[in-house]
Amino acid sequence: KRNQCYFKRSLNVVCTSRFWFNYRHVANTLSVYRSVKRLGIPDSHIVLMLADDMACNHRNPKPATVFSHKNMELNVYGDDVEVDYRGYEVTVENFLRVLTGRLPPSTPRSKRLLSDDRSNILIYLTGHGGNGFLKFQDSEEISNVELADAFEQMWTKRRYNELLFIIDTCQGASMYERFYSPNIMALASSQVGEDSLSHQPDLAIGVHLMDRYTFYLLEFLEDIHPSSTTNMKDLFKVCPKSQCVSTPGHRTDLFLRDPGSVLITDFFGSVRKVEITTDTINLTAPMVHLEDTRPVRELRTEIQTYMDQLPVAEIIHQKPKQKDWHPPDGFILGLWTLILLVFFKTYGIKHLKHIF
Amino acid sequence: MGLLSDPNRRRALTNLLTRLNAPICVVCYLAGVMWFMGLAFEPFTLRTYMSENAMGSTMVEEHFPAGERALATGREFAAHKKKVGGMPVNWLVKTMESRGLEVFTQSFTRKLPFPDENKERYLVRGTNVYGILRAPRASRTEALVLTAPCSQGNANNQAVGLLLGLAQYFRSQVYWAKDIIFLVNEHDLIGMQAWLEGYHHTNTTGGDWSPLHGRGGSIQASLSLELSSDVITSLDLVLEGLNGQLPNLDLANLFHAFCQKIGVLCTIQGKLQRNDWESTSGYSHSAQTMMLMVLKQASGRPWGDHGLFLRYHIEAATIRGINSFRQYKTDTTTIGRLLEGMYRKLNNLLERLHQSYFFYLMPSLTRFVSIGYYMPAFGLLAVILLLRALDLWVQLGASAPGTEDGLAEREQSPSSPGVLSILTPVVISHMTGVALYCLPVMSQEMAVQHFPVSETEAVVLTAIAIYTAGLALPHNTHRLLQGEGTEHGWRVLKLVALLYLAVLLGCTALINFSLGFILALSLVPIAAFITPHTHKPLSAAIMVLLSPGCTLLYCVLIFQELQETPVSLQDGWMLFLSVISQGILDHSLYGSLVYPLLALLIYPCWLLLWNILFWK
Repeated sequence: KRNQCYFKRSLNVVCTSRFWFNYRHVANTLSVYRSVKRLGIPDSHIVLMLADDMACNHRNPKPATVFSHKNMELNVYGDDVEVDYRGYEVTVENFLRVLTGRLPPSTPRSKRLLSDDRSNILIYLTGHGGNGFLKFQDSEEISNVELADAFEQMWTKRRYNELLFIIDTCQGASMYERFYSPNIMALASSQVGEDSLSHQPDLAIGVHLMDRYTFYLLEFLEDIHPSSTTNMKDLFKVCPKSQCVSTPGHRTDLFLRDPGSVLITDFFGSVRKVEITTDTINLTAPMVHLEDTRPVRELRTEIQTYMDQLPVAEIIHQKPKQKDWHPPDGFILGLWTLILLVFFKTYGIKHLKHIF
Repeated sequence: MGLLSDPNRRRALTNLLTRLNAPICVVCYLAGVMWFMGLAFEPFTLRTYMSENAMGSTMVEEHFPAGERALATGREFAAHKKKVGGMPVNWLVKTMESRGLEVFTQSFTRKLPFPDENKERYLVRGTNVYGILRAPRASRTEALVLTAPCSQGNANNQAVGLLLGLAQYFRSQVYWAKDIIFLVNEHDLIGMQAWLEGYHHTNTTGGDWSPLHGRGGSIQASLSLELSSDVITSLDLVLEGLNGQLPNLDLANLFHAFCQKIGVLCTIQGKLQRNDWESTSGYSHSAQTMMLMVLKQASGRPWGDHGLFLRYHIEAATIRGINSFRQYKTDTTTIGRLLEGMYRKLNNLLERLHQSYFFYLMPSLTRFVSIGYYMPAFGLLAVILLLRALDLWVQLGASAPGTEDGLAEREQSPSSPGVLSILTPVVISHMTGVALYCLPVMSQEMAVQHFPVSETEAVVLTAIAIYTAGLALPHNTHRLLQGEGTEHGWRVLKLVALLYLAVLLGCTALINFSLGFILALSLVPIAAFITPHTHKPLSAAIMVLLSPGCTLLYCVLIFQELQETPVSLQDGWMLFLSVISQGILDHSLYGSLVYPLLALLIYPCWLLLWNILFWK
């Protein structure tokens, strides 16, 4: 089994809402950004997209700060935030281009998601959403189908090894319903038909500071340090219904490894294992190829298997859905009444006895 | 064959129409009145709710501390006002500058068409003083306005004091995204009109004012403050503006939300809300509140300094502090906190208030009826006019072939003397209307020379004289016309009058529902049932009793009754005269449309019906 440490981490953290009353979405995004930076991922591997500037908004009573907790303990904006896509640059098109890598050649490295087939990618989205879509900037939407296709493109172009998708919006679970590419694990803050709620209002700033799911996610992440061994199953338990009011959901059927064996730091943290040696290594002599002494175990020739995109067998042999019985429509009723009336008018009521 | 083109079917339908016309009209009228009265019944109304997302659910903790200091400033203002004998411009400029605002003044002059006896002014000269608090980090594209009037005597001193106190507090905050303009206007509405016209670079009413040197961007919302006591027991919200225009309902919702949060008693039309809607007294309370709003809206005059902002699509309301005999008093700091909270919410606005209703009636501060619910009441009344017109059309259509088959007494077709004969009454009625509109103001000098009356009385009495003289017209016009007076003639005239009235009332109701509805209540019955063949003395009496002038008198009496200050007929008559003079003044000073509408359009319509009554 390959050591997960060999895989790079990349992140794409996106906030899609603008306007002052959506302060909490920016605070969500910045909190996640701050956590992963604390766990060791450098800015060069993070693409941060913020749709509006809350820190310098004219209505902010504490300019140049974004707080995530109402006691104003933590200014998540800080001094070293590097926003890659800001304001009106956060669009559906730019988001999909970042994911698929189809950017014009003049795009700087900070705006690219430099990932390859050895990267574990974390994608965090927050904003306003609905059943099957996420709203960008109050003017456009990205649908779950588009997102699934973008991930498929990433898979085909070998732009990721494993992908963790976290979404904190209303009806967030609808966004991961359509994924069909392998090695994707998805978490959402609420099921279809449920709203994700915000956490606490701040009475000095006058807005809600964070959403509940991200708040408890952050509390969970605060306990993670670069060498902790917490796994994904603990992440799934974050924010139960009693705290979140909505029911968080997750999806692991596309993921090849067992979620219990996936460490949080595989996605959130960057660990570089350092081996200290006191032996000297002679670099002048020509290289000698070493024998491959690793025992041959059940090496899979193809680690990745392609998902059946059109599961015809399932479709053909699908059992018909159990429909609830509905009383016949008014139209059908009316039609039958009409037919009966015409019959009796034409043939007279005395023929009734011939029928019954 | 189709339903309408088959002559048999058509005859059957028209027979039905003719037979059932009068009963349907009566039913419609009663239904319209009952629908209107039912609007105040609580289950038929909706609860108010905040529609604008930007003024969302979170409340801010208000911290305004300086109520006492505001009162001291108010007392200083009062002293300077008494010393100067008007607006203490220099003191205000100095005080605003010391609070860190950019201060500007505007002087204005206005000569009224005739002296205003209510406020005792004729040639008005004044100065507005306003200070702009620039938003610390924003560009100067949007603004909010807080105004307090500089009134004579001891009124509204505390309002100006609180305005200056709030200015000082607001200046030390960094979270303002819009400029805030603190305006103290002199001579209430005249000064406000001059300031608004100067701000928006328009001059619609012919005033003379100096241009404004300082501006703050496009005004998003405005509040006018009237506070005449150190402590208050309740806050009253005034919404009705010029020509019956109302601000967006979200402004009223915002006010109510803050009243509930801070814990101040809030009223509308001076009436507190009651909880017992099932009882008769509870229902009549809501009905009275709604009727007060209807009457105030129908009068077309601005009932607070905010009323003139609405024309420029600026949502504005007046908050009036009332000190009555209740035990629980609210101090100035609390009022300051309420205003601070409201302004912080308005600060969060990204666009003008537009999410909530612009046309509504409020039976109480938390209940409203929107245009979709109250318009059917007017529709039912308008349907009566259309039914009668249809009936007349059918009668005219039936009689025309009759005369053609009949003896050839008339060689021309029946329609041409019809058109010509009705043109005369129409023209003469409208000329009388024009006379009613122009002559009172124009001829006041001549009247004052010949009669021992003041100018105002001259204007009003001339108006009444012309109004009454119109009653004599039918007898005189018939001398001008020869030999038309046919059955056909008055039918055509009535058809034209009905359609004209329907269009007029419909357009009025769209803009100012209350005015349209009240006029419809009195004019529709007489328009529907007047013919030359009804009993003349009785019909004439009813027509005069339901004429627009008498409707105005009844409205004045009912308004006084609803305000719980009922007047005797004598005082009512004096009030009625002053209302007429105020109406004419409002029209020339602020552009109120009620007086021209009544004089130029409604009164000629009524004269046409009067002509029909006396048709020979």
